[in-house]
Amino acid sequence: MTAAVAAPRRIFSGLVKVRELGIILALVVLVGYTAASNPRFLSGQSIRDILLNTAILAVMAAGQAVVVITRNIDLSVGSVLSLSAFTVATLMSDNPGLPMVAAIAVGLVVGGAAGLLNGVLVRYGRVPALVVTLGTLYMFRGITYSWAGGQQVNADELPRHFLTFANDSILGVPWLVLIALVVVGGVSLLMRNYRMGRELYAMGSSPQAAELAGIKVARNLLGAFILSGALAGLAGVLFAARFGTVDAAAGTGLELNVVAAVVVGGVAVFGGSGTVWGAGLGALLLTVIGSALTVLDINQFWQQAIVGALIILAICADRLVAVRIARSLRKKDSHV
Amino acid sequence: MLRSRRRLLSAGAASLMVLGVAACGGTTKDSADNSGPAAAQSAAADPNAKLKEGLKIAFLPKQLNNPYTDVEVGGGKVAAGELKGEYKLVGPNDASASSQVSYINTLIQQQQDVIGIAANDPNAVCPSLNQARQAGIKIVAFDSDASKDCRDVFINQASTQGIGESLVKMASELAGGSGEIAILSATPNATNQNAWIEVMKTELAKPENAKLKLVKTAYGNDDDQKSFQEAQGLLQSYPNLKVIVSPTTVGIAAASRYVSSSNYKGKVAITGLGLPNQMREYVKDGTVKKFALWNPADIGYLAAYAGAALASGQITGKEGEKFKAGKLGEYTVGAAGEIVLGPPTEFTAENIDKFNF
Amino acid sequence: MSELRKRLASWDSIIVLLTVFVLVVASFSVTNFGTSRNFTFLILDLLPIMLVALPMTFIIVTGEIDLSVASTLGLASSIMGYLWNQGLSIESIIPICIIAGAILGAINGFLVTGLGLPSLAVTIGTLALYRGLALVVLGDGAVADFPFSYTGWVTGTIGGGPVPNVLILIVVLAAVFGVILHATPFGRSLYAIGANAQAAHFSGIRVARTKFWLYVVSGAVAGLVGVLWTLRYSSARADNGAGLELAVVAAVLLGGVSIFGGKGSLPGVLAGVVLLAALQNALRLQDVSGQALNIVTGALLVLSVLLPNVATSIRTTWQRRRLRRAATV
Repeated sequence: MTAAVAAPRRIFSGLVKVRELGIILALVVLVGYTAASNPRFLSGQSIRDILLNTAILAVMAAGQAVVVITRNIDLSVGSVLSLSAFTVATLMSDNPGLPMVAAIAVGLVVGGAAGLLNGVLVRYGRVPALVVTLGTLYMFRGITYSWAGGQQVNADELPRHFLTFANDSILGVPWLVLIALVVVGGVSLLMRNYRMGRELYAMGSSPQAAELAGIKVARNLLGAFILSGALAGLAGVLFAARFGTVDAAAGTGLELNVVAAVVVGGVAVFGGSGTVWGAGLGALLLTVIGSALTVLDINQFWQQAIVGALIILAICADRLVAVRIARSLRKKDSHV
Repeated sequence: MLRSRRRLLSAGAASLMVLGVAACGGTTKDSADNSGPAAAQSAAADPNAKLKEGLKIAFLPKQLNNPYTDVEVGGGKVAAGELKGEYKLVGPNDASASSQVSYINTLIQQQQDVIGIAANDPNAVCPSLNQARQAGIKIVAFDSDASKDCRDVFINQASTQGIGESLVKMASELAGGSGEIAILSATPNATNQNAWIEVMKTELAKPENAKLKLVKTAYGNDDDQKSFQEAQGLLQSYPNLKVIVSPTTVGIAAASRYVSSSNYKGKVAITGLGLPNQMREYVKDGTVKKFALWNPADIGYLAAYAGAALASGQITGKEGEKFKAGKLGEYTVGAAGEIVLGPPTEFTAENIDKFNF
Repeated sequence: MSELRKRLASWDSIIVLLTVFVLVVASFSVTNFGTSRNFTFLILDLLPIMLVALPMTFIIVTGEIDLSVASTLGLASSIMGYLWNQGLSIESIIPICIIAGAILGAINGFLVTGLGLPSLAVTIGTLALYRGLALVVLGDGAVADFPFSYTGWVTGTIGGGPVPNVLILIVVLAAVFGVILHATPFGRSLYAIGANAQAAHFSGIRVARTKFWLYVVSGAVAGLVGVLWTLRYSSARADNGAGLELAVVAAVLLGGVSIFGGKGSLPGVLAGVVLLAALQNALRLQDVSGQALNIVTGALLVLSVLLPNVATSIRTTWQRRRLRRAATV
């Protein structure tokens, strides 16, 4: 009996590992091939650029992964990013003396508040997450636009320490990358080893069962949306620091990239499975593809098509895994 | 499943037949007449006509959130004030042609007298502009031209030839006469950018520039982030790159920002067309040695005066007609309705503090 | 009586009334809104969203979604430009583009029904894929020299009057889709699928096949709109219609169609499309930035689902209270 239960679980964990291994393998092949044709791809500056470009996407993907695991979605992240980026950039240009920590805190709060609104509407308004976050995608963007008008905050209006933050590094690792690593690592740990994380998986697998099992669904759901919003807000601060020029159009369309990173990273859109660090790897893979195409001098136009094909490939692979698990489980059942 | 497949086949066969029939005749690229009814030309110009007061002058730039555009239309606002006209600024937040069309339609509805437009796509805005002309509105293209048959005049920053030549001259000086150079442009459809790039290529083909090699033209879509990443890509792909020439204010600022914060600083030179206020930081820190530009405020200023002259009947857009543009003095309409503003100014660490725009 | 009251209180009738109200108020209070020329512009502006929304309504009613429509539109536009440059006649290019759209839709349909993949993820994937292919086909360039006999027809009006030519297309297609959805067994079966796909399957409805063909139709209509878009702006570009999918989904949901499927009506959707376009048009005439409208769009979208929910929960609370009072008495 115990063996019968353990076996599918072992297969299951094996397959899940394979899922992330697949991304790592794809990364290795891609980097190897690109580096072979142009060794400069592995130069310090190039790796630094790729990691810096990944950081913002990875931070947002971590939050999105948590929301998707609960069988929801947050399409408003791109708009939250621009709201937070513009708030922080305006704040910093008006008060150049503020420390970086304050900027980050403001970004987190702005994003968290936006996430709270999403969560409340989803949970207490009983409006589907897709509808809520599509609505707030428009609303947050509209708020930023009517606030910013045609204005733009330029690099020369921002304090030096804010801009250099994006390029400064500690022990050779840029701050931006370090933050992304901490976020992805921390959220992964939370989802893997802590009660709340496991409850979120349970909610995604079966919302009704989770409620009946006494899980505080409302609190956890709000937590997931606040996390996603706050991380999008944090990404806004990083965006402002990295690019130095912020207008109301910042991050337009980014939500699709974030969802793509999460899906490519092996988080199932129907919730209940996938890992946050997988989503982080997904973000890295998408960024590396972009850089590799430039270096290989392949027409940039192919990039988007390749990303699309990759998303479809990823969900096909997930489907295959799910079917196999179901089949192996059924086989075990028939033996009993 | 089988039935649906059969149905698919028959649908395919039917459509192939349609194609077969249609391919035998019809309107192709060579046979097509793609010109719409051109707006009726107004009566002959009367150079002594008085400039009308109270003209409604609307500006429709490529997009609103662009500091260069702000300076440009700022000049138009000043001129509209001098002309005692009504100034209005509308525009999309993204540089797309389809959203400009909706704004043109709105301006027709609001019965403006003059529309100053920087076209995102010379052809996509054409049908609407012709409707506007039929409604009696004068069209002044500035910055980026619309198709010749759907605007009255075009305010050219500087002659295309002059800009292309000065860009190559600056690049050659910075590269020390030889080496690889790359161009970071705006959108691939931008009329002005492509015209300058064409001139640059002709210039580079001349024997004195034989040692300069143009390795790539990248497009940053006048989007700060995209330009930033395109600059990154250029430096990665072309290790021996000596100069990036960016004939757009967004591109040159983004490229400078990237280079000034990377270890390419000092090894790769940036030049092109930029706004002194945006570039000051990079000129001071040595990333940028020199770049050029005309005064963008003068473009908007001249566009407003040209529009007023058109609406008052002083000019009709024919070659050789003359009009006065306030503080800028007298201008003459050139071939194909072009009015050239004047030669660009070169900015360096020595003179940049004298300019504030 | 209660049936009628329920009908009147349902979101799709509210949205129709709201739309009429906005149109009337705007005609009286916004200068130049009620002119015939503005009517033409309004119809031209809402054309793409309106046409794409028709099959989208069907798909959402069955509980699925198609986010790839705008990219299909862009790819059709790219193909159109490419073939035109190759010297094909426009009469053959137009059907090719519509068929190309249908094929792209069939790919979506196969991935969703054949492989059983979630439509949200699939069509986000094909959204990127098709837009990418559009760029590959035409690059960054634009093709502009389409014949005036065609571009003029799309922007023109019937006999030079106030009624745009494309309105015929809208009316015919809307009527066809409306009749199919509301007056045929096939239409009813879509609601059955959306309400409970398994139950529909066991009651003899071919769920997978139906969904497959809906995607094909959605693709074909997107292809057609790609052609119309290209002709309207006489410009074939790979980025044509970018971002349109969200506007279409917003309009459909605003029109009272449930994202979970099984609920909604075509008149509601048509009203939703007109409402958004009219608001945008009126605000622009008032020199209000189009972006401020984003807030209105988003809020309407959320409210369209939130309000009915709140109303239901208030009603049940009342009922419960009344029952409790009855029990204590």
